[in-house]
Amino acid sequence: MSVTPISKVVTANDLRSGEVIYLRFPHLWTPELSKASVITDDDLAQAGLAFARGQANIVVGAYLSDVITEADGTKASHFRETFRSTGPSNYRHGKQEI
Amino acid sequence: MYQYSNFDHEFVAQRVAQFRAQVARRLDGSLSEEEFKPLRLMNGLYLQLHAYMLRVAIPYGTLNSRQMDQLAMIAERWDKGYGHFTTRQNIQFNWPKLEDVPNILQALADVEMHAIQTSGNTIRNVTADHFAGAAADEIADPRPIAELIRQWSTDHPEFQFLPRKFKIAVTGSPHDRAVTQAHDIGLRMTEQNGMRGFEVIVGGGLGRTPMIGKTLSPFVPLEDLLPYLEAVVSTYNLLGRRDNKYKARIKITTHEHGIDKIKQKVDAQFAKIKPMFSGADLQLLKDIERHFELPKLKPANAPAGAAQTIAQTPAFRAWLDTNITAHKVPSYAIVSVSLKKPGATPGDASAAQMRALAQIARNFGHDALRISHEQNVILPYVHLADLPQVYQALRQADLATANIGLISDIIACPGMDYCALATARSIPVAQQIATRFEALKLEHDIGPLKLKISGCINACGHHHVGHIGILGLEKAGVESYQITLGGDAGAEAEIGTRAGPGFGADEIVPAIERLILGYLHLRADENESFLAAYRRLGLAPFKALLYPQAKKAA
Repeated sequence: MSVTPISKVVTANDLRSGEVIYLRFPHLWTPELSKASVITDDDLAQAGLAFARGQANIVVGAYLSDVITEADGTKASHFRETFRSTGPSNYRHGKQEI
Repeated sequence: MYQYSNFDHEFVAQRVAQFRAQVARRLDGSLSEEEFKPLRLMNGLYLQLHAYMLRVAIPYGTLNSRQMDQLAMIAERWDKGYGHFTTRQNIQFNWPKLEDVPNILQALADVEMHAIQTSGNTIRNVTADHFAGAAADEIADPRPIAELIRQWSTDHPEFQFLPRKFKIAVTGSPHDRAVTQAHDIGLRMTEQNGMRGFEVIVGGGLGRTPMIGKTLSPFVPLEDLLPYLEAVVSTYNLLGRRDNKYKARIKITTHEHGIDKIKQKVDAQFAKIKPMFSGADLQLLKDIERHFELPKLKPANAPAGAAQTIAQTPAFRAWLDTNITAHKVPSYAIVSVSLKKPGATPGDASAAQMRALAQIARNFGHDALRISHEQNVILPYVHLADLPQVYQALRQADLATANIGLISDIIACPGMDYCALATARSIPVAQQIATRFEALKLEHDIGPLKLKISGCINACGHHHVGHIGILGLEKAGVESYQITLGGDAGAEAEIGTRAGPGFGADEIVPAIERLILGYLHLRADENESFLAAYRRLGLAPFKALLYPQAKKAA
């Protein structure tokens, strides 16, 4: 049985606003998970993480987060990461504000 | 209420200036996050799931209208127009930007408030009975002692790096509304031979290892209280574990060493340090007490025509039944304002609601407001004749929900909607349960019931001491909710018993509904509360209600 490779994104919080952000190669940060660079290569993932950690004056607490790539886009694989990518469920605040 | 001295003003102003410089150094890169994090936490600033969160201390839950107005201003100017009142009688702002926080702290300092020691391994905001100073059943107002403890513990050089955080709660009433047995130190005012003092309880706490506090001393005279507290905290500071943060609270220290050994060490330390207390603490207490005298209670405002009409309505009478508590002055009442409208987020108040509460406090409440650990707002001094007008004003602000002490008056922590530590959401569960029971129109038939929800084992939602507790966890990659039954936060506090396996997010509300509908059949009569029925019958019949499949399989 073939094992589906685990896809990852680099995520962190923005230093100034605290907002959840994702790395978009080569060196941009986006608040939208759908625009994040999805990484399947482990070396690339580590390189992305190292880059994020080097941006200590822009981002806080960078780490790799598992994602699933589906026909309609990138989805977080854990519900905590889903909430991070969408915002709270009691108000349409954060990423839900238009 | 207490008014800052010049020393207080200067101290808080200095801390604001320090933090302003620290934020500037973080933003220009001079400070790393590793260096900055302990500094921001010392000022109550957390980084949560979606944003920063600023936790502001409301000492022993006491506010005046000017402070409430300022919280509304902060919510509108620097946040998203609301604040969240917590089970620690604090307020949290969920969306501040880092560069705005020094200005927020300055705005707080302008009204004698701060966010100091709302985080970190220090003595946190001292909590108290939310009816303090007004309750018919209290020996005396416990807030002067709470303020003395606040002054003693703020920036106390010996206690800035304790093994773990340290929470103190105080009550002046035998009817414990401050959950003193679930705090690192709980103080219960008592009298012995005409002398006033405190029963000192240590080692209570909820979290991953819930424990009911044990009596360290049944009576410490008032004049010995501060040196005695210093002896307790200093004993813990040396004895408490620093090798494992999950075993670092004083409840574990007490459990591992035994209450007798702790007592021995505390007594020895007390004997050593008592002579160093020259009486300045008692002089200070006398000065503080003057700030907490009962306000000169005014005659009631004459009820207007509309208010007289309101007084006749069933909605007003229902509100009187649930939201009013007896006052120490017979012509007065304590009003509890529910922040638990079914469907709303427990503990949240909009800026407009905060301003309405401030205005009502000015017009009818001697300028006094309190925040309860049950996440409601209290108006402690309202004349009975003013109640219709107060109700009318609350209704206009969408604050007249008549549910204090009922099933929809739910304590809920922010859970995974906001908190970085949470393992599941709490708020949607609270919203759905409250909405469901409102639809069933059973709330008043069910009667007194404390339902408390936490989104992780840290138990900020006090689920262990809920008559019904709900704990949100992760199980196999989804949210799962465990139910505990029979907990009690009152004078004879008890930790609830886990009923069985957890329920999925879509199963938890039906499970609570089965439990409650079943209770209505099980109770001896309509006066037997859920907790009383549980104590009479034990876990088994309630477990059968929660897990009907297990019963069938058996």
